[in-house]
Amino acid sequence: MAAKMKPTRVDFIAIALVLATGLSWWLGEGAALTQGHLGQAATLAVLALAALKGALIALDYMELRHAPALWRRAVLGWLAVVIALVLLASLLPRP
Amino acid sequence: MVWLLVLAELLAFGLLFVSFAMARWREPVVFAQGQAGLDLSTGALNTVLLVAASWAAVRAVGAFQRDHRVAGARWLLLALGGALGFLVVKGHEFAGKLGAGFDWATDSFTVLYTLLTGFHFLHVVVGAVIFALLWWNARSGVYGPANHVAPASGAVFWHMVDLLWMVLFPLVYVIR
Repeated sequence: MAAKMKPTRVDFIAIALVLATGLSWWLGEGAALTQGHLGQAATLAVLALAALKGALIALDYMELRHAPALWRRAVLGWLAVVIALVLLASLLPRP
Repeated sequence: MVWLLVLAELLAFGLLFVSFAMARWREPVVFAQGQAGLDLSTGALNTVLLVAASWAAVRAVGAFQRDHRVAGARWLLLALGGALGFLVVKGHEFAGKLGAGFDWATDSFTVLYTLLTGFHFLHVVVGAVIFALLWWNARSGVYGPANHVAPASGAVFWHMVDLLWMVLFPLVYVIR
């Protein structure tokens, strides 16, 4: 089935999504842990990877790249706001 | 219509995501204890299964658009396999927690973990049912270039489930 087709953008995106997941796993599994906590730089990196993965899914898998701008802005705006708030809550000094 | 559903779901989950992050900021010890009981590798495996299902769903819609009806049905079956794989892995995680005496209402972590992962699990169940129905119909060749709205809408629903997990995975499993 797949062998008959040339790799397309959606195939490369699937590979990129898996690689980004592997990187997040590597960071969280111990590479960036200090006394059980993820460092600030690693937290930023993990959330940046999440934003990248989310944007690729929205633009290419949901085909919002070619959809009306309103829908594209709504989904990407949701992603940006949620990631920003999670980042803020993760990096703020603990009370 | 599927896009209105997508926006409503994104807003509801968005509130839960931010609630989880804020509660963790306010109660770091409770969340550190709760997250210590989560298996990051299982979460990563489930991410790969969701991505595989999303990729297969995109391929299925593309196949129907090119009138490759048999290939489209096979891609839908692969997407269904990814969804069922997620349910098995996640079900194993839930069973392990219940076996260990997990109480969903013990503290902020257990309540928010249960709401987030539980609601997401239910959405994967719905996605799996959609893939199964689409595959059942596709076996008789009903979807093609002039009739692919149903598989395209089902794929959009699944991509939303995937998109939600892309935030849920780092939030609940990775950042601690």
